[in-house]
Amino acid sequence: MPLSLDSYLGVKADALKVQSKRMEVLAKNLANVDTPNYKAQDIDFKTALAQAGSPGASLPMTTTAAGHIGANNSPSNDVDTSGALKYRVPLAPSLDGNTVDAQLEQAAFADNTVRYQATLTFLTGSLKDLMTAITGS
Amino acid sequence: MSSFKIFDIAGSGLSAQSVRLNTVASNLANADSVSGDPSTVYKARHPVFESVKASVASQAMGSLGGVDASAVRVRGIVESTAAPTERYEPGNPLANADGNVYSPNVNVIEEMTDMISASRAYQDNVEVMNTSKELMLATLKLGS
Repeated sequence: MPLSLDSYLGVKADALKVQSKRMEVLAKNLANVDTPNYKAQDIDFKTALAQAGSPGASLPMTTTAAGHIGANNSPSNDVDTSGALKYRVPLAPSLDGNTVDAQLEQAAFADNTVRYQATLTFLTGSLKDLMTAITGS
Repeated sequence: MSSFKIFDIAGSGLSAQSVRLNTVASNLANADSVSGDPSTVYKARHPVFESVKASVASQAMGSLGGVDASAVRVRGIVESTAAPTERYEPGNPLANADGNVYSPNVNVIEEMTDMISASRAYQDNVEVMNTSKELMLATLKLGS
């Protein structure tokens, strides 16, 4: 039975990419905490994950000869989260047009960090299972 | 790897906030620098922030991943236009012909709150950098 490492790792690999992207967006919000007219953004995790896992999200590999094996599921290095990137609805808008709430962003960042670490733990578990299957010990 | 962009973003935040801390230090140091002429007296300075693309590299990649990594930078430093305070101090060697000196329009309380705000924002950015560094190191050790 052929085993694709991508399908074996399943949603966990995509989740890691989306979480890393979300970390970037939250870092951006925290860096711009005092920038006038800056609007805070966040990634809708569910939408982003669905987008990352859907077929067509990655580029197919071209086959130019009959013997070539097509890799339709080869994941791209970067995950497309454009559809899931949303502006935050401010709880208390400030006069300078900035919608970053530092405490809220810190909480979201901490939340994302824990989720990222959890995904890493799951991935490590899957890889260890695979190693057990390969080495048999 | 896109995670490296976080270092650019948080780094730009650190640099911008330290400029802000610098202006606060300058304003507080000059809070009592009087002058006999209202036009030459020290004026409170404040940085203006704006968000920019994280780096030329990320700009070249365009909307790769759908996230425009915008960092922050100091657009410029503006001087406060508030009028300096006039004080009658004939004994001061800097006093003008009427015996008046002018003290800067620095609001010390405002500067102190600005300093705390800048310090907190700086700490936020350091935390972001530390956390993403730890996560990247954990990712490197994946599977072991």
